[in-house]
Amino acid sequence: MNFLELAWNILPKLLEGTLVTIELTIIAITMGVLLGIPVALGRVYGNKPVYIICTFFVEIIRGTPLLTQLFILYFGLPSVGIMLSPFVAAMLGMGINSAAYQAEYFRGAIQSVKKEQLIAAYSLGMKQVQTIRHIVLPQMFRIVIPSWSNELIYLLKYSSMAYMIQAPEIMSQGRLIASRNFRTFEVFIVVALIYLILVLVISKMLDLMEKKVHIPGL
Amino acid sequence: MAKDKHGLNEKVILKVENLYKSYGSLSVIKGISFQVYQGETTVIIGSSGTGKSTLLTCINQITPPDKGRVWLEDIEITDPHIDINMIRSSIGMVFQHFNLFTHLSVLDNVRLGLTVVKKVAKEEATLIAKEKLNLVGLADKLNAYPAELSGGQQQRVSIARALAMNPKLILFDEPTSALDPELIGEVLNVMIKLAESGMTMVVVSHEMGFARAVANDIIFMENGVIVEEGEPDMMFNFPQNPRTQEFLHKITELYGGKEE
Repeated sequence: MNFLELAWNILPKLLEGTLVTIELTIIAITMGVLLGIPVALGRVYGNKPVYIICTFFVEIIRGTPLLTQLFILYFGLPSVGIMLSPFVAAMLGMGINSAAYQAEYFRGAIQSVKKEQLIAAYSLGMKQVQTIRHIVLPQMFRIVIPSWSNELIYLLKYSSMAYMIQAPEIMSQGRLIASRNFRTFEVFIVVALIYLILVLVISKMLDLMEKKVHIPGL
Repeated sequence: MAKDKHGLNEKVILKVENLYKSYGSLSVIKGISFQVYQGETTVIIGSSGTGKSTLLTCINQITPPDKGRVWLEDIEITDPHIDINMIRSSIGMVFQHFNLFTHLSVLDNVRLGLTVVKKVAKEEATLIAKEKLNLVGLADKLNAYPAELSGGQQQRVSIARALAMNPKLILFDEPTSALDPELIGEVLNVMIKLAESGMTMVVVSHEMGFARAVANDIIFMENGVIVEEGEPDMMFNFPQNPRTQEFLHKITELYGGKEE
């Protein structure tokens, strides 16, 4: 069986895994945005307790490996009576992990909004929430795109860690296939190609998005 | 006309009383008092670092003063119980570096305060914004972004942004200092037009020509205090304080503005 035939035969199974990988990545990146923005705002605008909580969250999550976090969620939590499916554990772990990184990207973007513009907003009589909503956030979303794009690509690739807790993503499927046909080399070449295609597609999409929302001078 | 002694109107729009501000051990403003009558223009001059800009931001409480009081008409705005956002919406501010919102078009820059702060409906806000942009000569730039405009155009947008709020008073913080010389005129012309239309203005500026043309009152500040204050004729021709004389001499050499 030559490489192309083999690839063709294992593709359906691998695509099942790819679907899980994509699901995991989309859910995790979304969780990361929804949790990361409040954490970033908390670190920039929060009072002392809020700042401390948000900073603790970021430092603890960034300071420990994703794999360790996944093991705690999947193998650790059952000992306190919380059983998570591999998919849910992977989703939570990746989402929380990404939130910590994204919080830092968002924080950087928030802080690079020019202070003069905030003073102009306050001078118009805008409250802090209004200023954040109308001045800071719209600029933050544009400024953050390049670093956020990296996060999305990392996240897609780091979802392979979910293999270690038996989430049925593309690496698990690959391992399963290889353990049956012993064509490890070819199988993982196909897996690598699938990752590569996904990353290229995402890069292109983000590129288009960046151009679409581009504003001169921002 | 603008130079008549308080015109028919003796109404005080802005009153600043014994204002103090320091940053740590550095005193920036040390007991400043003055008032501005309705429809009049006060020009504040003085070397850099003498607290002129701080004085302006102390007026709209962007920099809360340590001591002293400020009134807008008969409302004491240094009163801690006051709704400062409401007060700020009726005090326009024009900055040295324009401070336009980079992500918004010219039209949206001018409209934002109306829709967000004054809760004006979008259609009405658009009409007001277009009217003000027309007034500053930028009716053809509605959809441009700030980065696509020259400094002079940006500053005129920021004047339109202030005007849209229908302010009782506009504070100008060195509005032409960041502009290329050939762009200063277009901004000054708008400001002269405003002064002549009866807008009450406090202007920190070194444009002596402008001061001569429209100021009702000139304040010379140094080291956080008012050294001398008076009508332009008096200040330019017969300054009493030797520091004022020296400063005006230097500044007139630099910026021109000798009477034709």
